[in-house]
Amino acid sequence: METNRILTLAKQALLTFTVSLILFAPISGLVLEGFGFRNELVRAVLLAALVAVGRVVLSVVGMTALGRKLAGSAARNGGGVIVMTGNEKSPVLILALLFAAGLALPFFADKYFLGIAILALIYCLLGLGLNIVVGLAGLLDLGFVAFYAVGAYLLALGYQYLGIGFWSALIIAPFLAGLCGMILAFPVLKMHGDYLAIVTLGFGEIIRLVLNNWLEFTGGPNGASVPPPTVLGLEFTRTAKQGGVPLHDYFGIAYSADYKFWFIYLVLFLVVCLVIYAVERLRVMPLGRMWEALREDEIACRSLGVNHVFTKLTAFMLGASTGGLAGVFFAVHQGFVNPTSFTFFESALILAIVVLGGLGSTVGVIAAALVLTILPELLRDFAEYRVLIFGVLMVAMMIWKPRGLVRVRRPAFFPSTAPRGDTAPLSVSPEVAR
Amino acid sequence: MNAPLLDVRNVTMRFGGIVANRNVSFSVARGSVTALIGPNGAGKTTMFNCITGFYRASEGQILLNGPAGQQDIGTLITRPVTGGSHLVTRAGIARTFQNIRLFKEMSVVENLLVAQHLVTANNLVSGVFRTPAFRRAEREAVDRAYHWLGEMNLIDDANRLAGELPYGRQRRLEIARAMCTGPRLICLDEPAAGLNPSETHELSEVIQRLCKQHGQTVLVIEHDMGLVMRISDHVVVLDHGEVISDGRPEHVANDPAVIAAYLGVSEEEVEA
Repeated sequence: METNRILTLAKQALLTFTVSLILFAPISGLVLEGFGFRNELVRAVLLAALVAVGRVVLSVVGMTALGRKLAGSAARNGGGVIVMTGNEKSPVLILALLFAAGLALPFFADKYFLGIAILALIYCLLGLGLNIVVGLAGLLDLGFVAFYAVGAYLLALGYQYLGIGFWSALIIAPFLAGLCGMILAFPVLKMHGDYLAIVTLGFGEIIRLVLNNWLEFTGGPNGASVPPPTVLGLEFTRTAKQGGVPLHDYFGIAYSADYKFWFIYLVLFLVVCLVIYAVERLRVMPLGRMWEALREDEIACRSLGVNHVFTKLTAFMLGASTGGLAGVFFAVHQGFVNPTSFTFFESALILAIVVLGGLGSTVGVIAAALVLTILPELLRDFAEYRVLIFGVLMVAMMIWKPRGLVRVRRPAFFPSTAPRGDTAPLSVSPEVAR
Repeated sequence: MNAPLLDVRNVTMRFGGIVANRNVSFSVARGSVTALIGPNGAGKTTMFNCITGFYRASEGQILLNGPAGQQDIGTLITRPVTGGSHLVTRAGIARTFQNIRLFKEMSVVENLLVAQHLVTANNLVSGVFRTPAFRRAEREAVDRAYHWLGEMNLIDDANRLAGELPYGRQRRLEIARAMCTGPRLICLDEPAAGLNPSETHELSEVIQRLCKQHGQTVLVIEHDMGLVMRISDHVVVLDHGEVISDGRPEHVANDPAVIAAYLGVSEEEVEA
């Protein structure tokens, strides 16, 4: 028995060593030097040995009682969905505290931190939007950034050509982005997931390339400037540029560039709260339930009379609208937009937020959005390893928490009257009585 | 009102060169239990898919007699842009599946609520702001769901995940879900497959109760002959895609053509 185990371990170690050697030899074993290269194979062998030792240690720990317990608990946590009992305490108090803390944040944070917070909230918005499409309706969308770009450029170009301001853009953007979503999705929604993923990927790139190459209209790679926001004709600049009154003059206070960010943060925070509320309501609404049912089983949905094309379309449009909204905030925060902000990497990042958060879980998506935007800022010193850490995080998640950070909880429903007695004049049957 | 609820006229279904159903005609009377039986590969499920709108029959008509007059199932499916099998359910034909298709990661009640999407308030704004109309519609839907759970004896499982239920209960839940669409005709595809004898017995009671107490018309595909003979008023036998016998259960059970199809024929008879 014991020798058998050691033999297995040795085999495993050898296999790991070989595989990692094959991987490491070309990557770190050969160093380019001008037009030739230098052999550093010892380094590769050392790295491979390190990996093999690590694998053996993992296996040995896994054999001990403690290791088994750990593995067992990790596996249990992975099991996805639970139904609430209906007796949970209402989290109103915590939510109210969080809301108050969110509103108070600008008064405590410095400008740098406020900038990060705005960025994090924008990604929250994007994550929530994509969560409708991917998490609830189960449609893989790889070009979500296109709708983000639509929102951002609506404000920039709308101001340039039509004189649209921040508030009008905030209202128009969801509709315009939703319309784009509809035009894009209608022809392909009858197809299955993979085709949709490819089409959306293409759409994302098309939008970026059009923005990049249509020099006369969009300004191409030079981008377009975005007007600073105004509120009721008050402006946040030192001197009025849009025909209003500067805010600090109106209130007779000293000028500070921070006011603009305070304003953006507060509006954004309120919009995010509204969207969170709407998304949470959607989950217990017929439309949201139909989305989730479609994700679970499309054929069964059709057998229940659900118009699957129309239902998917609504999911796609609502997701796109939220993306458009996020775009407006991004534009007004940056004060300038250009196509490099809307690359495929951005789409992948948003998708990662949704997957990490647990498909369909609102709390999870918010947490993941905050972590994935704030963490890189805190880890500025390790900026070079950012993508590496990101990758490791994803791999670890897929192994130990494939269903995301936060478990999906389903609402419980109870009849309006006593559950048994009343179920009806019709149901006086021997079985219920039994 | 004596017109049959469902009238299948000369339906032929081809898949390329293969003919799954040839010239099938039968009718389903209101308030009756009609069974569609036949050996494996006889084309029962294909017929079912034509009736429930998942396939468009190559030839022939499938007519549903509703309050709105006769509707041809085929034209519902092929209607441009908005057409599709969901319209068939809206016309009043609900179905269950041979391999259960529940929304496994949703709770039992939610499964039934999805089925009622036509009567709940689907408006986005009313739902987000919880208007009184929305709340009333939602409350009625939940009550209706509980009503059918009671009928199917599933009340204790109401707030569990559908995927966690034992197999027999999943079967009953699927029937409850189909009933929640308020159908005129419910089509059950092998409802007794994989059930043990006592569960099968319970199922036959459920089907009979649907028929007797709710006046529900039922069309059922089944291999369990005991169940078929016990519950059905009318049996249609398919073999090689054609109707070989059609009538009362006792008539069908004694029909030589049916016995031949199920048990095979001895050599003398073939020669004779």
